[in-house]
Amino acid sequence: MKLSYIGNISADSLPQNYTPFFAESVPVGFPSPANDYLETPIDLNQYLIKNQVATFLVKASGDSMINANIGSGAVLIVDRSIKPNHNDIVVASIDGEFLCKRLQLKPRIALIAENAKYQPIFIEQGHELEVIGVVTAAINIYK
Amino acid sequence: MDLLALVDCENFYASCERIFRPDLKKAPIVVLSNNDGCVIARSKESKDFGIQMGAPWFKVKEDFLKSGGQVFSSNFALYGDISSRVMSVLSQMSKKIEIYSIDEAFLDLENLALESHDAANDFGVYCRNIVKQWVGIPVRIGIAPTKTLTKVASYLAKQQTHHPGIFSITNNQKDIETALKRVPIHQVWGVGRRLNKKLSNSGMKNAYDLACSNIPLIRKKYSVVLERTVRELRGERCLAMDENPAPKKQIVVSRSFANKISDLNTLSPIVNDFGVRACEKLRKEGQLCSKVGVFIRTSPFRTQDRQHQTIKFYTLHQPSDDTRDILSGIRWILPKIFRHGFCYAKAGVMLSQFTDENVLQYELFEQINGARRNNQLMKTLDKINHSSTQVNFASQSKIGFTAMRRANVSPRYTTSWFELPTVN
Repeated sequence: MKLSYIGNISADSLPQNYTPFFAESVPVGFPSPANDYLETPIDLNQYLIKNQVATFLVKASGDSMINANIGSGAVLIVDRSIKPNHNDIVVASIDGEFLCKRLQLKPRIALIAENAKYQPIFIEQGHELEVIGVVTAAINIYK
Repeated sequence: MDLLALVDCENFYASCERIFRPDLKKAPIVVLSNNDGCVIARSKESKDFGIQMGAPWFKVKEDFLKSGGQVFSSNFALYGDISSRVMSVLSQMSKKIEIYSIDEAFLDLENLALESHDAANDFGVYCRNIVKQWVGIPVRIGIAPTKTLTKVASYLAKQQTHHPGIFSITNNQKDIETALKRVPIHQVWGVGRRLNKKLSNSGMKNAYDLACSNIPLIRKKYSVVLERTVRELRGERCLAMDENPAPKKQIVVSRSFANKISDLNTLSPIVNDFGVRACEKLRKEGQLCSKVGVFIRTSPFRTQDRQHQTIKFYTLHQPSDDTRDILSGIRWILPKIFRHGFCYAKAGVMLSQFTDENVLQYELFEQINGARRNNQLMKTLDKINHSSTQVNFASQSKIGFTAMRRANVSPRYTTSWFELPTVN
């Protein structure tokens, strides 16, 4: 028979007349002086995500943004609640596809790659560009 | 002016499937029930194409796919996450929000002091834009002085072609009257099929007719519930936030089977699974049930097969939410309705005749401590099985409830590191 650990049952789910019995002794020594200074560990969410409900994670593919330090496989933090400005890195949909590029608003609207290999994408008449959100951070995993 | 808003996500499941698929912006989309049995959600394009709600998938499949339609198995991991995002955005806009279902919420707009029709509409537009931009879901908004009237407003928002998605009714008799005259009586919140027939027979055609009816007479002839509906239609607030016309009256858990079942030993554990699931739902609602029903049926679409369908009920001695009581009911019913020589395609468990667990009346000769003896056990069980089933009843199936057919399920874009959407 295989058993797997499924977690603790909290005390309020135990029968009312249940009395815990500890068979082992508990060492009683000098309490840790650090107890008074306990803080919660650093939380990456707090650092990377400003507006949780409007933030989505996407995975970059390809090398078109390599000069902006977005490698293939990087996880991008995309905030849909930020108004996109000129020169922001954005995730946009164009002709039914998601692209991550730098947004150029002037002199004319275009999506610019961060790699000389790729031509800028100008938004021609009849094509629809929709900016989904602004990329606020990229996470590259090296190892 | 105190106003409420009803925010309703448009074609919610289909809209969720669209968020990460910009290529499907204008495509007809359908979402299928558990086990890919029938259509449970449609995008506007699919509705226009003529796909009916609840249509058996295999019947519409060919025509729908040929016309460029897209099909998805239900992806509740995705819908659940998107729903909670929508609800969080809404809760930032109002001091009080009541989540009514996965895709609907009531908002209390009291603190916004919307003094005019235009102000109400402006709020609607603002709210709609934010939800669309932040989460990617289109919503419809009905604004009105009472909950029942927000339902009316939401219905009218759906009908209109200009100013799409927003309709407001202010607390002004003329305004309310014009709105109500446009709503057929069966569209009124809380008017079900039976009631609709009765009211239509007595000459009422639209919501305005109902609002004009004599209140003492309504109470006498129908119920206090309908009286509240009438008052609410007149603009008098009877239903507070977190208070709704009728709590659930029955709980049904049922499935179509991927492979037809013709022996009782295979069927029994599956029906017991349904019973366990139904009990979990019952306890979540805080209800006790007195009646357990089991139904089974063969596939009406396989006309070459012999057909059999039936339902039978078992009445419990005392209202209960204990899974063991319900399972003993199922054990009693199932052998009585099962017949050899038939290929069963669907089965289900139905719990009904509810009593609120706080107002339970004990039987005269029943021992009170005996009746609720299992409360703690069931609570513990629910806690252990909270996210996935870990502890089973012996009569349940071994493969588990979730082993179902989901051939077209989309990635869990927002809840799994391994299924994130990609961008180029």
